[in-house]
This record gives sequence, C-alpha cells and structure tokens, in this order.
Amino acid sequence: MQYSLLVISQESGDAGITEEDMEWGRAAFDAYGKALDAAGVLVSADILQPVSASTTVSLRDGALQIQDGPFADTKERLNGTFVIEVPDLDAALDWAGKCPAAQYGAIEVRPSAIVFTDGEWHQVA
Amino acid sequence: MAPGSVTALARAELAARASYGRLLAVLAAPTGDIAAAEDALSDAFERALITWPRDGVPHNPEGWLLTVARNRLRDLWKSAAVRLSAPLAEGALDGTARDGARSTANGPGRTGPDAWVGSAGTVGIDALESLDTEAIPDKRIELLCVCAHPAIDRAVRTPLMLHTVLGLTAADIAAAYAVPEQTMAQRLVRAKRRIRATRIPFVLPSLTDLPQRLPAVLEAVYGAYAIDWASAEPDARAVPDSLAGEALYLAETLAALLPEEPEVLGLAALLALSIARLPARMSGRGELVALDDQDPALWDTALIERGERYLRRAQPLGRIGRFQLEAAIQSAHCDRARSGVTDWAALRTLHTALVRLSPTAGARVALAAVIGEVDGPTAGLDVLNAVARDRPDTASFQPFWATRAHLCAEAGRVADARAAYDRAVELAGDERLRAALRRRAGALPPG
Repeated sequence: MQYSLLVISQESGDAGITEEDMEWGRAAFDAYGKALDAAGVLVSADILQPVSASTTVSLRDGALQIQDGPFADTKERLNGTFVIEVPDLDAALDWAGKCPAAQYGAIEVRPSAIVFTDGEWHQVA
Repeated sequence: MAPGSVTALARAELAARASYGRLLAVLAAPTGDIAAAEDALSDAFERALITWPRDGVPHNPEGWLLTVARNRLRDLWKSAAVRLSAPLAEGALDGTARDGARSTANGPGRTGPDAWVGSAGTVGIDALESLDTEAIPDKRIELLCVCAHPAIDRAVRTPLMLHTVLGLTAADIAAAYAVPEQTMAQRLVRAKRRIRATRIPFVLPSLTDLPQRLPAVLEAVYGAYAIDWASAEPDARAVPDSLAGEALYLAETLAALLPEEPEVLGLAALLALSIARLPARMSGRGELVALDDQDPALWDTALIERGERYLRRAQPLGRIGRFQLEAAIQSAHCDRARSGVTDWAALRTLHTALVRLSPTAGARVALAAVIGEVDGPTAGLDVLNAVARDRPDTASFQPFWATRAHLCAEAGRVADARAAYDRAVELAGDERLRAALRRRAGALPPG
C-alpha cells in the first residue's frame, strides 16, 4: 500500500527559526530520509519551496485559471511530502511519527488511490 | 414444520450467535474488507437456514459456514480482478476514486479504493484457502483492536464492536444510543469503508504497542455497558433490554484471549460484579433502588463469584489500573451480601486510590460521598466544594448534585438539600432516576 506523508507546518520564514534550528532540521531530515531508504519503503521525498513560490492551476470553472499562491491560504502549509510503500496503516503511522516535522507540525497520512508508473495509471494495491 | 427442522433452525441460530464474530474476523482479516465479509457471511447463514432443516445440520457447522462464505468471497474477488484488468476507465480520477462510493461498483471499469481488493483479493484467497475449517483460528481480538484503532472515530468504536463482533444490527445499536437508525447505519458504513481504504491491519498490537492500544479497546467495551445507564429515553432503554450482557461477553472474550493483562481481567470483574446487582436495581413497582438500599438476596451470587475470580487473577500480576480499582470498589459493595454491612473504610481507601490514578469528576464526587459516610456529611461537603472549585463543569454534572443533596440532608441543611435535588432532577436523563430523586426530596423534613 502506498501512502503519502504530508508535512503540514508553519514555514520556516514565519516560524522565526534560528540557524541552530536549521542545523537540527538538516541533520534530522537527513537521518529520516536515510532510514526510510534503508528500510526499503521510500518511493519519493520532497521538501517544498515556500508557498511564495507556489502557483495554482485550475480548470474547475471551465477556463484555465492560473493563480499565484497556494490552493488554500492558511497559517500552516503543506511543506513536504514523503511517499512510502508499506504493508498497512500502522506501518505508515509509525513512519509518520518518526518524521522530524511531527515535532513542530503535523503529518497527514493519506493512502494513494491510483499512481502513474511504467507509462500508465495503476490501481495501487 | 417438521420437529426436526425446528432443531435445525435452533442450531442455526445458536451457531449464528456463537460464531458470527469469529467467522467475520477470519473472513475480513486478509483484506480488511468487513463489508464484503459481512455480505458473504450473511449469504452463508441464509443458505444454512434453507439447507440445514432440509438436509440436516453438518457435523461442523462453523466450518460449513466458513466454506460457503469463502466461496462467495472468492467469486467476488475474481470478478473484481477481471474488472481491474481492463484499462482504467474515464472518470477514474474524479470523486469516485476519492471517496470510493459503492454506487460505482457495478459500472464498467470499476475503480477507486474498492479496486485494491482486486490484487489484495489474491492474497485474501490464499489466506482463506489455507484456513483449517476444523480448527478455525480466533481473530476476534484483532477485530476488536481494529474497531478501537486510533484512526477510528472514538464515538463509533463501541457501535462498531457490537456490530462486527456480536452481529448486532444498526437498528439495535441505534435504539440503545437513542439515535435514528439511518444515522447509526451511516456511521458504521463510513467506519468500515475507512478501515478498508486506509488498510488498518488485523493484527495483534506488538507487546510494545499493547499498553498504548489496549486502553481504547477496554474503554470501548466498557462503553457498551455504560450506554445502558446513559441513554435517556426509557423506551429506547427497554429495546435491547440492555447491552450490559453484550459488554460482559466482549470483556470475557478479551480475558480469555489476553489472560495475563490485569486491566482486561479488571474490566471483566467490574462488569460481572456490576451486572450481578442489576436484578435488585428496580423495585417491584418499577422504581429505581439506590445501591445501599438494595436487597443483597436479589444479587446474582454466581456472577459475583465469577467477578471475584477475575479480580483474584488480576492481583498477582502486579499492575494496578482503573478497571481493577473500580472492580475492587464493586467487590467491596457486593461483600455486603456476606457480611451484612458496607465496609466504608475499605471503600475510602479504594476511592482515594482511584482518584489518584484517574481524577475524573465522577471519581472525585464518589470519593466525596464515601468521605461523607466515614467522616460525616460536613467533611464530605468540604471535599465536594473543592471539586466544584477545580472543575466548573460539575455545575452540570448530575451525580455532583445528587451527592450534594444527600450530604446536605444528612447535615440537616434541608433548604440546600431541596435546591440540590431540584438541580439533580433537572440534569437526570432517565425518568426513573428523576422519580427516585423526587422521592428522596419528598422525604426531606419540612424546613
């Protein structure tokens, strides 16, 4: 089963974090990424640029709309994703709990429904 | 109807009650698809009701039911796998993939979360084929852990247990909770869909996770007993008589499966000892009888002995907990049947320990009542006032006002007692409880 661990937190610019915090973060995320990799569960990992670099695309109202900014403007934002392949929700929750961002933000765990691999969409098992 | 067919029907019903949860747990475990397992199982029971009266009861009724249900699931998974081998249909990326509406299930190119059953179904078939129908494993504890999983809404955990492990219908559960049947049915469907979609595993939590997970399981089982007292409508309360018996059954099942967990034994003891007194709780005139006024001759001595045995088994395991303490409190009350008197000093020790471990408003108010018995009403009222200072929510907590009324009456503060009874009556949900409180207020001396 494939799950996305969505990192929801304040952006570093808003949170007023110090260089010391950054150093902790770099080391913690480095260790976390390597642990996921070593366990053979990592599909992909991304820490995103700030929402100031975000552009939102929609055709929901019929015509193409491209807007600057995030989809929803909230205080806490989607700041990263870890896509992992693990047997069940307990395993996914376990990895989410180990994510460094869980200590200052929240990790939303969502199972994948359909993924695009090998040139086509697949139902995920 | 021939006499033999009556027996067969009775056998089928007995098998239904005894086996439902066991079979459902085994059928749902490989894929987490409880709804599909329910459908398959109810097909199997339907066929049993037709064929057993005609052909006789098979030598292994549970094995027979499992085989029929397994075949039904295999058919379902095979057809799902065929649908999945087709290219992804248009619309797969719209809402149906997100919320997995079952309405798409019969359409061409069925997609969405249902679909994973396709490949998981292969695993499921293998897992079910390898089952020994002569020795069906018991996975009910795994099912109970799924129902009380932290990813499941707390409010639906107890209903889900009653529904899946005991086979109670949404209508029965809705009546006990005094909510519309449709509402309860919807909550159950959503919870089952979530278990499948997020793939909550049917596993026994590891020894390291068990202490963290078990309290929610015990809480949900206790909830089945507690709704009997909490639900407001006298009519609704009469419907399933009470779910107390079901709660005891679940607790004893847990105790059989986890015999080394003291709090599991404590819960079984608590429920056995509490339920043992239910026959004395109502007078011949249908009036509620307070614990201290109950006739111990009406208590169920066999059930008390059963509760005492659980409590004795929990003690040497050396890990005290909330349910063991509550059971010990009930045990002390039940001891009046033997000794003729209530040991208030022992109760004070136990209530003090309970408040230290779990300082809920209920536990603190109960301690105040016991202190009122031991040290006199003024001492009890002092403790009660301290609770009110710490916990403003006691202003709408019925037991607080009933206790206050009782202690004020004992202290001769008649006007205060009357005012407190009035407030307690306002807050009481159960009409029989209101009537009992009014009788007590009516018995106050003038003043």
